[in-house]
Amino acid sequence: MSEIRALIVDDSTVMRKIIERSLRQAGLSFSVVYEAGSGTEALEVLKTKDVDLILSDINMPSMDGLEFLRQIRAQNLAAGVPVVMITTESSEEHVKEAIQAGARGYIRKPFTAEQVKERVLPLVNAA
Amino acid sequence: MEHTMAVSLRESMQLVSDPQNLDGSVDEVFQMMLGVTCVRVSGPLAEEQESVTAVVGFGGALSGACVFKCGSTAARKIAAHMTGTEFEEIDDVVKDGIGEICNMLAGAWKGKVPNLAANCGLSVPAVITGSNYHLHVQAPEFQLHHAYQFEDACFDVTIVCDGLQ
Repeated sequence: MSEIRALIVDDSTVMRKIIERSLRQAGLSFSVVYEAGSGTEALEVLKTKDVDLILSDINMPSMDGLEFLRQIRAQNLAAGVPVVMITTESSEEHVKEAIQAGARGYIRKPFTAEQVKERVLPLVNAA
Repeated sequence: MEHTMAVSLRESMQLVSDPQNLDGSVDEVFQMMLGVTCVRVSGPLAEEQESVTAVVGFGGALSGACVFKCGSTAARKIAAHMTGTEFEEIDDVVKDGIGEICNMLAGAWKGKVPNLAANCGLSVPAVITGSNYHLHVQAPEFQLHHAYQFEDACFDVTIVCDGLQ
């Protein structure tokens, strides 16, 4: 895939920029990067825009990342699009919960660009 | 099951309050997200006209907070390392960056104790700016308070535990 459309969901604007920078360092190039500060905002983006990759935080006000994942399924949005959670919550229980809710990958904050590359590139290449 | 978890957390008190967990968390966050190495320093921070304090609350098996405090100079330097942009003042981006540093420190710290990682939730960060203020916690069960430095930027991190199930 040459250029992808990504949606980055995090209540921190700084973290959204860091995630985008890490994705670019991982070798991805984008035709567009959409940003959302909560699950609620992200759902609104997905109702009108097509994306190839979603990266989402879990702890967010308004609608957290796990509920966002459940709503994507419930509302039949972004079918088949890989979702990777990037979050400070890193226990086995959180990972299981995210995978059950539909996440395809999990990255713990803090992270390196190399970790982003390892977890995200295979998903993008397989899409 | 809950009883077993509670007992094991109490039994893990030495691990929960291990000062090395905090040092390790600071190392992880600053090396991975800012590309800098921090050294632990002694003594209080030099007072600046304006300081920034971020607080992330712990809830569940452990209640308390992770508190990150630094002066204006260090806050702007940390945000600059995170974003690649220089800052003249403590604006919303700087506050957002400091809040996220505190969030990652809290997550990394609780992640070092397996029972805490699974059974302790984090609040979203709150960020306070201003001068001449103190954050007071009444009779904590335990408290870790360490100061660190990278380049010429100093900051301190406090873990306050006011309840442990």
